[in-house]
Amino acid sequence: MKYSLRTPLSRARGLGSAKHGVGHFIQQRVTAIFLAFLLPWFGLSIILATDGSFLSVQSWMRQPWNAAFTAFLILTGLYHMRLGLQVVIEDYISGPVPRSVSLLANTAIPAILAIIAMLCIAKVFVGA
Amino acid sequence: MAGPQAHDPRPLSPHLQIWRWHVTMATSIFHRASGVALYVGAMILTAWIVALASGPEAYAGFMGLLMSPLGLLVLFGITAAACYHLANGVRHLAWDAGKGFAPKVATATGWATIIAGAFGAIVVFTLAFLA
Repeated sequence: MKYSLRTPLSRARGLGSAKHGVGHFIQQRVTAIFLAFLLPWFGLSIILATDGSFLSVQSWMRQPWNAAFTAFLILTGLYHMRLGLQVVIEDYISGPVPRSVSLLANTAIPAILAIIAMLCIAKVFVGA
Repeated sequence: MAGPQAHDPRPLSPHLQIWRWHVTMATSIFHRASGVALYVGAMILTAWIVALASGPEAYAGFMGLLMSPLGLLVLFGITAAACYHLANGVRHLAWDAGKGFAPKVATATGWATIIAGAFGAIVVFTLAFLA
């Protein structure tokens, strides 16, 4: 750090890179590649392998691969969505309190949706 | 976090109302907008799975809501957003690999993703209601 190019004011503010950018970038792309396969598979399966009725969708979801990949789709999708909206919030919401509250909500909402979806897929799968 | 810059009084860079719209700019904005729309889509998908886990009556009630005129309009919008976001996402992955930056190529693939979004949603709805 002896030859740092940052100005003294910038150092005093301590607002440099958080060193998490590359991880965020890679995770966004890795989840995107999975979703590019999972989402078309899910949409076409529901349309072509079921008639949309309760019984046909229920029996589809009770197939192990279908339940597993639906769970994978939802977890991957929610994580991708969380990463994406985080950037949108950081770009447009500037006040410290609104930004913190939005970012907290953006962590909580996908997590809650994920838990609910996993419990419900498990419930349908075991036929409880 | 924003810290001291949060209420910085300096002027901002020109925004949407200043720039002349062109297709690469539109696809970038649509990508973000469709991503936000898909946040709602994820909530609808989760609600659908909750309805499925709650039994035939709850499922029928939820499907009744989805198949109402307003429900179908929302569903069509979400489907178009998903098709567009997927197509433009693949375009972004190509860019990440360093391909497709030439202005003419970027403009052509931009139009292609817009058409893919609209056409994809129509194909999905046709399949869903004919199959």
